[in-house]
Amino acid sequence: MGILDFLKRRPEPTATVARERLRIIVAQERSSRGAPDYLPMMRNELLEVIKKYVHVDIEAININLERDSGHEILELSVTLPDGKKKPDAGDAATAS
Amino acid sequence: MTAEIIVVTSGKGGVGKTTTSASLATGLAMAGKKVAVIDFDVGLRNLDLIMGCERRVVYDFVNVVHGEATLKQSLIKDKRYENLYVLAASQTRDKDALTQEGVEKVLDSLSEDGFDYVICDSPAGIEKGAHLAMYFADKAVVVVNPEVSSVRDSDRILGLLASKTRRAERGEGQVTQHLLLTRYNPARVAIGEMLSVTDVEDILGIKVVGVIPESENVLTASNNGIPVIVDTASPAGQAYSDTVARILGEERPLRFIDVPKKGFLQRVFGG
Repeated sequence: MGILDFLKRRPEPTATVARERLRIIVAQERSSRGAPDYLPMMRNELLEVIKKYVHVDIEAININLERDSGHEILELSVTLPDGKKKPDAGDAATAS
Repeated sequence: MTAEIIVVTSGKGGVGKTTTSASLATGLAMAGKKVAVIDFDVGLRNLDLIMGCERRVVYDFVNVVHGEATLKQSLIKDKRYENLYVLAASQTRDKDALTQEGVEKVLDSLSEDGFDYVICDSPAGIEKGAHLAMYFADKAVVVVNPEVSSVRDSDRILGLLASKTRRAERGEGQVTQHLLLTRYNPARVAIGEMLSVTDVEDILGIKVVGVIPESENVLTASNNGIPVIVDTASPAGQAYSDTVARILGEERPLRFIDVPKKGFLQRVFGG
């Protein structure tokens, strides 16, 4: 690094970006590892049901399967949008 | 006494599995152990080249599995270490030529012949060849580069080691997992361009057994068909020696993970 380097603009360190992206994807893939095959399908069906009442994206539905000694916990969380409004009849029909 | 089976695997290709297999096998032989190193990459054999015995391959792993040659005929004795043997992969057969029973028989025979270690050089991917290479393992060396796709793939491999091995299926305890970080460039880590040792350890939740610096000696060694660990003057060779010692139970601090300090003039004028 020379003296003139002070004049150059420093970009964001890309290693930090890589680390954060990996943290998220690895955690996500670990949680679905060894989980039953029906989980993604169940997630889609749940989305269809929820959509009848609230407008949510598939990303808003989080399914987590946790194994403890002896029992399993299926955790389902849905992030609701700010303005919770019922879709009109037309939307409900296409969702069904 | 049964042989200890160590798989060298990674998921992603080109991260240094064969380089690591060759140096690990040679390092264990240098420590006086009787070692066989097997290439599981049927159709794309390369371990013979890295070990420098490509012109002495007569029979291969698939020949032994199919009873077309004896194990004794197929094991290639290393030029440098008399207690080190190479079993080459077949270059002509397709990847379905290996069977689980066939691989088990070869590993059992090596055990009966008094081998201390069998190193299984896995092909890339998670298909049959990679599965067979890890199935009978007692220990695994997961080779990873400080790069996003390699880190993600190695996490997948760690998951498979915990579930798709004979040990896991029989409930005989976990395959011992060793993480080996290769192609590490401390200078790029220092300026935030490359994931650090700690980053990779944190993401994967496992400590490294060694860090091999990116080094021109690795290419030189493969050009010459001499495992880089034999080059005891090179940083990569020394880092591999440390790794082998740690796998044998010795405690050694990590080396070559910091940038060498620059002189005053270099700091002022750059370079």
